[in-house]
Amino acid sequence: MPPRTRAEEVALLAQLNRHFHGVVPHNQALGLAMIALEDGEARVRLPYSLDLVGNPETGVLHGGPISTLMDACCGAAVFMKLPSPVPIATLDLRIDYLRPATARQDVLAHAVCFRLTRNVAFVRGVAYHADSGEDDPIASAAGAFMLATHASKARP
Amino acid sequence: MTLVELIADAKVRGEPERLSELIPYCRWMGISVKHLAGELLGLMTYSDMLIGNAALPALHGGTLGALMESTAIFQLLWDAETVVLPKTIDITVDYLRSGRPVDSWAKAILTRQGRRVANVRVEAWQEDRARPIAIAHGHFLILPEAVPG
Repeated sequence: MPPRTRAEEVALLAQLNRHFHGVVPHNQALGLAMIALEDGEARVRLPYSLDLVGNPETGVLHGGPISTLMDACCGAAVFMKLPSPVPIATLDLRIDYLRPATARQDVLAHAVCFRLTRNVAFVRGVAYHADSGEDDPIASAAGAFMLATHASKARP
Repeated sequence: MTLVELIADAKVRGEPERLSELIPYCRWMGISVKHLAGELLGLMTYSDMLIGNAALPALHGGTLGALMESTAIFQLLWDAETVVLPKTIDITVDYLRSGRPVDSWAKAILTRQGRRVANVRVEAWQEDRARPIAIAHGHFLILPEAVPG
C-alpha cells in the first residue's frame, strides 16, 4: 500500500469512523473514535465518562469499557492487515490489567495485527493514557480473530 | 455510607440485587444481579446500544466480556471475604456463538479462593443455558481483612 498523505489519512479516518459508528452502535454509545491507522495497526480513543465508572468512590473506569475498547481496536487492526475487507469475529481476547486507570482521563488503545493466516488473525494491544504513554500501559491485550465468518456471510 | 458499608449492608439484608445498582457502568449497561433459585446470576437486559454488528445483528463482544467480568465481581462480593471491591488481574473471554439481540445471562463459579487471589470462571448464555455463547476465566485480587493504617 503506498504511503498516505495526512489529508488522505484524515479522510480515511472520517470514513472509517462513520462505519465504526454506523455499523457498530456500541462503539458509538461509548464514544470510541479511531484516531490513527497504519498497515496492520490501529489506535482508538475511549473518552472518559461518568457512565463508565466501576468504582464510584475513586471514579476509576470499569474493566468492561476497557475490554470493549481493546476488542474494537484489535478488530480495527485486523481490518488494516486484510488485503480486502471480510467479516471477522473475536475468537478469544485476554486482558491483563497492569495498573489502575487514572480517573477523569481518556484511555487510548494501540493494537497490532502481527500475524494473518488464511482463517485466523492474531493481535496484540495496549491501553494507556496520553500523559504516561504506551510504554507505561494500564492494560495489555492478546486476541485471535476468525476471518470471513460463516454466520456473517450467510446473511445480508 | 461508604461503598464497602453499602455492600456489607446489602449482604446483611440478603439483597444482592443492590450490588449492581452501586456501580455506574452496570446501571448504564443494564447489567443487574438476580437471585434466582438460590443462585446469583448476572443479567444484561437487551438494548439497541449493545449491538456490535448491525448487519447480523449481534451483540458487541465487549458487552459480553463486561457482563461476565461484572458477574464474577458480584459473586466475589457475595461469597468471598473481601473488604475492597475485587480488582481484575486478568480475564480471558472465549466467544462461542454470536450474541443475539435478546437478554443475556451469566453465572460465575469461584474455582479457588486464595488469601489474595480468587480464580473465577464464568459462563454466559441467552435463551438456552445448555448452549453458552461465551465463557471466561479470570483472576481477581481480593483483600480479606482491613489493612491497619
